[in-house]
Amino acid sequence: MGATHLPSTEFDGTEVDDQLEAEAEAAMGEPDAQMVQLLGPDGTLGSDPVFSEYANKLDAGKLRGFYADMAAIRRFDQEATALQRQGQLALWVPLTGQEAAQIGSGRASQPQDYIFPTYREHGVALTRNVDLSELLRQFRGVSNGGWNPKDTNFHLYTLVLAAQTLHAVGYAMGIQRDQKLAAASDPAGTEPPAAVVAYFGDGASSEGDVHESMVFASSYNAPVVFFCQNNHWAISVPSAVQTRIPLSNRAKGYGFPGIRVDGNDVIAVHAVTEWALEHARSGKGPVLIEAFTYRLGAHTTADDPTKYRLSAEEDAWRAKDPLARLEVYLRAAGLADDAFFEQVKADGDELASYVRRTTHDLETPDIRAAFANAYVESHPLVAEELAWFEQYSAGFEDAAEGAAH
Amino acid sequence: MTTMTIAKAINEGLRAVLANNPKSLLMGEDIGPLGGVYRVTDGLIGEFGADRVVDTPLAESGIIGTAIGLALRGYSPVCEIQFDGFVFPGFNQITTQLAKMHARSHGNLTVPVVIRIPYGGGIGSVEHHSESPEALFAHTAGLRIITPSNAHDAYWMIQQAVECQDPVIVFEPKRRYWLKGDVDIQAPGLADDPFKAHVIREGQDATVVAYGPLVPVALAAANAAEEDGRSVEVIDLRSISPIDFETVTESVKKTGRLIVAHEAPTFGGIGGEIAARISERAFLSLEAPVIRVGGFHMPYPVAKVEEDYLPDIDRILEALDRALAY
Repeated sequence: MGATHLPSTEFDGTEVDDQLEAEAEAAMGEPDAQMVQLLGPDGTLGSDPVFSEYANKLDAGKLRGFYADMAAIRRFDQEATALQRQGQLALWVPLTGQEAAQIGSGRASQPQDYIFPTYREHGVALTRNVDLSELLRQFRGVSNGGWNPKDTNFHLYTLVLAAQTLHAVGYAMGIQRDQKLAAASDPAGTEPPAAVVAYFGDGASSEGDVHESMVFASSYNAPVVFFCQNNHWAISVPSAVQTRIPLSNRAKGYGFPGIRVDGNDVIAVHAVTEWALEHARSGKGPVLIEAFTYRLGAHTTADDPTKYRLSAEEDAWRAKDPLARLEVYLRAAGLADDAFFEQVKADGDELASYVRRTTHDLETPDIRAAFANAYVESHPLVAEELAWFEQYSAGFEDAAEGAAH
Repeated sequence: MTTMTIAKAINEGLRAVLANNPKSLLMGEDIGPLGGVYRVTDGLIGEFGADRVVDTPLAESGIIGTAIGLALRGYSPVCEIQFDGFVFPGFNQITTQLAKMHARSHGNLTVPVVIRIPYGGGIGSVEHHSESPEALFAHTAGLRIITPSNAHDAYWMIQQAVECQDPVIVFEPKRRYWLKGDVDIQAPGLADDPFKAHVIREGQDATVVAYGPLVPVALAAANAAEEDGRSVEVIDLRSISPIDFETVTESVKKTGRLIVAHEAPTFGGIGGEIAARISERAFLSLEAPVIRVGGFHMPYPVAKVEEDYLPDIDRILEALDRALAY
């Protein structure tokens, strides 16, 4: 990381900031030394005493699938960004650069697991079979959710940072109780064990809810994997302001394993997450994974990274691109040919076209649905306000009819 | 009929919840072997075990946030917040997450979390232990807020709160925890709807609306007024969100005068909301402006002067005098 990570004084302008940041960088040490990596930026496959075993289970089809997923979600990201630029979406939250962290971890989950994303986990959504056009509902302003989490065990996006980490732990506490009840009624045990994944970022790691969620998870040994994508920037604030030590080291303080993994290495991310989920499902308690990655684009389409970071830093991370290294590996190992990559590109274009078409078709909801969903059970004030709204609206219709005559 | 204190009635109500609903569980600080700082959960961990009566880490956001997760998994958590003034670390989870989950999921998700909060002053305690923050929650759509004033209601309302599929906050009048009353554990009777206000004393000249800890005060004021020949109707509001405006409106149309009493500061409060709605619904029946009796616009004062802050019989009688002078 070193010099490429440090913003120059022309961006932050104060020596104190630079000094603090440099100290933090020094305290974090060389990340590579303590980071699990299997597929290097140059596309060569290395080994790891624990995690190679998981990587070795991946056949050619799985590896090609990882590539196809990452390419699909990058293409989707480009299309969504374009839709925002064209005024079809109010906002978009790009994920480019974080494909390996999301596809690798998402593909390690099982259908019975439950996933709590933050708001940038489009890649994880893809692995959970969420219809990607549904992700755009929120950003088009037609929904605050967009999909039914019960269909895919992929929860709604949560915009209040870190709030979902506590929901994840509570959900995991529910799984623990379900398993005890199931064991009592059905000792043979037909239900596969389940775990929960809580996604959050380096910025959210400073929120108190992350701390509380880790305390609760540890105290109750809850089957939850905390998956932190350290993409280095919380909008404009570098990760060095959020932490003086590698985030994965924080797990030690809570008493469970913490692993930093190369977040741009889909094979390592998948291996580490698979290990962590097995750990959690088998009753051994929580795990913190810090996926060391980089947000290559803006925080959102409303953001301007040129105001706070150097393009040289972005270039350095572009050289560690998650897709490029897997392509090099697949080609070198003879696991994929030109035809495969051409097909991936064609599939991506088809996905983009589907997303574009469905976005244009997304229907504007009726505010009556908002009245209906404010509460589960009937509520006199909501009913009264709805009745007033109907009467008020009818007045306009009458006026329009009158004008027509 | 069994006679018991409000604290015991809630304890028995929670026992019934745990016995009848296998997916229910209690969560909070010190609610296990200690039975809660007010002993409301006394004995329950022994009967139902630590998976269902959960002593949590000392973290209110953590309690509410994990309760939301448990509810998403199909459980019915009942959270205890130790004191009114300590709910605020959990305020974010309550207002941004719990209240909105059903709406933002288009009705696909329900989070039937119950939050019990002992509230109000009059116990001579240190700061943050005597507050009435109900209006802050009432302003948030998606939540329901109820507050019992007697043992029978306390026994049934906690059970009804758990049955309700919306999130419910139960504000418990802590200075009345030891107030005894008759409880019919066989049937709720008139208490069958927790969101309905009760006319607990009939009168002709004015209506006093109160809830929670001030209900006995309002009744005593009405009795004192009777000695002066004034006939005062008293309504126990019971539900703060939604508010049963029908019952209040009907009463005001009869009496023409309305006093609303609560411990919370009057500014931006429940009394103001009732005054506004009643002025819309019963304007032509009102003989006087709606008068609010409540706390002052200041941080809750120190224990030695809380008597001057809290509405009492005389403060309600003074308001009645003003209303009747019109």
